[in-house]
Amino acid sequence: MKDIVDDGPLLDLRQVKKRFDLDQGFLETIKWRKGRVIRERRSVHAVNNVSLKVDRGEALCVVGESGCGKSTVARLIAGLLKPNAGEIHYAGERIDDMSRRALIPLRKKMQMIFQNPYASLNSRMNIQQALEEPVRYHNPGYSRAEIRDKVAEVMTSVGVDPSWSARYPHEFSGGQRQRIAIARALTVDPEFIIADEPISALDVSIQAQVLNLMLEAKDQRGLTYLFITHDLSVVQHFGTRVAVLYLGSVCELADTATLFENPKHPYTRALLSAVPQLKDDKPNHIRLKGEIPTPINLPQGCPFASRCAYANDRCRMEQPRPVQQPDGSMVACHAVEENRMVD
Amino acid sequence: MTMTTNPAKASRWSRIWNSNMGYSFRRNPVAVVSLAIFVFITAMALLAPIIAPFNPYDPAQIDIMNSEFPPVWIDGSDAQFVFGTDDQGRDLWSTILYGTRLSLLIGLCAVMLQAFLGISIGLIAGYVGGRLDSLLMRMADIQLSFSTLMVAIIFLAVTQAMFGSETFNQYAIYFLIAVIGVAEWPQYARTVRATVLAEKKKEYVDSARVLGFGPLRIMVRHILPNSLSPIFVISTVQVANAIISEASLSFLGLGMPPSQPSLGSLISSGFDYIFSGSWWITAIPGVLLVVLVLVINLLGDWMRDVLNPKLYKG
Amino acid sequence: MSLLSVRDLTVKFAMRDHTVTALDNISFDLAKGERLGIVGESGAGKSITGFSLMNLLSRPGFIDAGKILFRGEDIVKMPQSRMRGIRGNRMAMIFQDPMVTLNPVLTIGQQMVETLMAHRTLSKAEAEQIAIVKLREVYIPSPEERLAQYPHELSGGMRQRIIIAIALLLDPELIIADEPTTALDVTIQADIMELLLELCQSNKVGLILITHDLGVVSQMTERTLVMYAGKIIEAGRTREIINDPQHPYTQGLINALPQQTKPGMRLKQIPGNMPSLTAIPPGCPFSPRCEYVRDHCRTTRPETVQYAHVEVACHEVSRLHQENTEEQPA
Repeated sequence: MKDIVDDGPLLDLRQVKKRFDLDQGFLETIKWRKGRVIRERRSVHAVNNVSLKVDRGEALCVVGESGCGKSTVARLIAGLLKPNAGEIHYAGERIDDMSRRALIPLRKKMQMIFQNPYASLNSRMNIQQALEEPVRYHNPGYSRAEIRDKVAEVMTSVGVDPSWSARYPHEFSGGQRQRIAIARALTVDPEFIIADEPISALDVSIQAQVLNLMLEAKDQRGLTYLFITHDLSVVQHFGTRVAVLYLGSVCELADTATLFENPKHPYTRALLSAVPQLKDDKPNHIRLKGEIPTPINLPQGCPFASRCAYANDRCRMEQPRPVQQPDGSMVACHAVEENRMVD
Repeated sequence: MTMTTNPAKASRWSRIWNSNMGYSFRRNPVAVVSLAIFVFITAMALLAPIIAPFNPYDPAQIDIMNSEFPPVWIDGSDAQFVFGTDDQGRDLWSTILYGTRLSLLIGLCAVMLQAFLGISIGLIAGYVGGRLDSLLMRMADIQLSFSTLMVAIIFLAVTQAMFGSETFNQYAIYFLIAVIGVAEWPQYARTVRATVLAEKKKEYVDSARVLGFGPLRIMVRHILPNSLSPIFVISTVQVANAIISEASLSFLGLGMPPSQPSLGSLISSGFDYIFSGSWWITAIPGVLLVVLVLVINLLGDWMRDVLNPKLYKG
Repeated sequence: MSLLSVRDLTVKFAMRDHTVTALDNISFDLAKGERLGIVGESGAGKSITGFSLMNLLSRPGFIDAGKILFRGEDIVKMPQSRMRGIRGNRMAMIFQDPMVTLNPVLTIGQQMVETLMAHRTLSKAEAEQIAIVKLREVYIPSPEERLAQYPHELSGGMRQRIIIAIALLLDPELIIADEPTTALDVTIQADIMELLLELCQSNKVGLILITHDLGVVSQMTERTLVMYAGKIIEAGRTREIINDPQHPYTQGLINALPQQTKPGMRLKQIPGNMPSLTAIPPGCPFSPRCEYVRDHCRTTRPETVQYAHVEVACHEVSRLHQENTEEQPA
């Protein structure tokens, strides 16, 4: 094993890009435009130049609306997708260009929890089989008894009765399935967990249970989280830092407290104001023009310019770079930079 | 709605009986009757050496003088031959039992071969995707654009000519299994590939990949068990098709030799005598073949209705 | 007279050899132009309530007992032909997923004209005029062009607006909206909710909003029903239910929200799960998860009582209230 550089960030994304080609194969790229046959390849620019750092022990939340590329970021880090450009480093090692075999040791350190607990467990395996499989795979030397102990230990720690191990996923409720999915990720004793909307498919009272479970696991196992969500109240509760994503670009990155007290990017402000508040019956949200444009033809300038009340010509022409603010947050916005936003 | 209160230790049999499939089976008289008939025919065929009064493969038991006795309910019959005899003097009842056994055996083995080829190719094409997928699926398309029978006829005719009828007859059963098996694999490959493409997008596959499992393990341990429903459905239809194919080939003289008749060759051998009044040599095995294929297809229909993922959420 | 009055509605589902009760003696009223929220988690029976009101329950569900009086007429006993005249005309429904509610092979115009012409005797041109007016009402830019478009050409938020426009086509007196914004993004959700609120207020349309989101209910409705395992366990003015919930489940639901706890601290969770309809416990359905449970809660079904501005079905509500008020000064 290599020495792990402990002072650096655990995870480091550098200018990562990912696009999905819509036209696969040669024939699909041939199009008829204005009386001429041309070759054109359309692609969805899901993630554009995203740079993020995750330090040990923190919970970085990535928020954004559907289509903003947050799930793609999670899948890029988990190695389920390969980036088109940029680098991903984990504990000082570059991981985005490794082969599957080379990644196996890393799999014990980095695990993922998925959104839909109804699809993330194999319905033909009972709980015991589902939990034993990763233990056996990653610890070939373990005896049967050791494997069983490990499984029982993980099941207890997520609050699933080990006596249910012969049951199949369909016999459990959504919340219990999500616990089992978390247990499966914990069987390999990871240090870093990517959670892709882990509670959005669950009921309110169950969401609290699963969030508590994840917080407990964080304290007991010293886990680091990358938490993908669209629910800002969860972010406020769970995250230490927040990255707000819009159309595949990070528009604001700040400590949770800073972001909620003093959101700077116009999109962040609109997003925060749109959350329905429990005790305040005056809906007073910032109305955004239009809807999120498709990421197929990205605007040339700031991706948010088409819906932004503060957009000017520069915003439409030139992409803003993230700039560090006095309170430590990073904001990619010309209006903030130029101090044009007067409330 | 899922039942979370199953008793922990129900026996396997009662679990199957009480499952959705068991329930819908009990409620469907067509399926019950079809299964009963299928089990009955299969049991008779398997037990042929015990049940059959004669051994049609043993020349010592055949007397040409007994040829073309009608079944017992017709005048001029011989009481020891229930369904009469064929042109060579074989007891038709015994011959049918042995013939059904051969037909079923060839059908099942051919389908197993199809399933093996088709499932492996379909899994790989679906999971790996890209150019390999295109290549394999174009192969399947090409194969499908030839009719099964045409391929089989050409192959069997050529082998018969190459090896001579003596050797061919000896190994006819293997040739038949191979040719029917190879000719129909694209049916499986296409279905399996389509299911794999759907399953591959599900999160349990991603979860397995994040856990570092290799492609073979993911395909065999995770995706395949979740793709079984359509495989079951096409398997029933394919068994029926394979039995028909075998019968057709044998009827055309390219299958089982008259000395070891399957249902098809029996029908064929009786066909020459149908206008001389000996209709039973063709008609009785013919009816049996129709019934056998019909019940298998009815079972397949029922299974498709039950396993249809749109109707049944598992 | 109230617009809608539901009395002792019981809905059952026929299983293989028995029936399960999905809605158990539901009663509530809706005044003309009133906005009512129905809150609950999945499996609480809130969507089934919506479907029953439209008389849209399909096998294996059926209305076992009770009355649904819409303008004094019982919908349950109404023949289907008469019901069709009311459904879509006097009462409209908005469903959860805007991606599947619109027919993908018909243009927006065709769908709107079809709806109009099914209920009114109009020429096609007149129907199109009404459609354009309605589309404008839901703030759809250039409505004339939209009529010729197919649903897939529009974004989710736009589609949900069109669905609302279709619901409003025949000027209904009641709109039943089943999770109308769950499939949409937060910023779009806020827009749609604001629009729905505005339309209901200006047109005096009654609204039944079925949702799991307490925040949405709080902003949209005047009264709220909280459902649990097929029963109404608390009902009252929305403000009072949100600010001072009486039933332990409602309290738990509100306290479980992350906003109610300091960041990073343990959330106040409700233990356990909603019982499945096949295994609803005797007595109070919430008793296995309730922290204030007493023996009689497990055996006797609580009656609905009036307590502190709300109607609540809980045996222990007065004790609970005392304990809570004692705690507070400390």
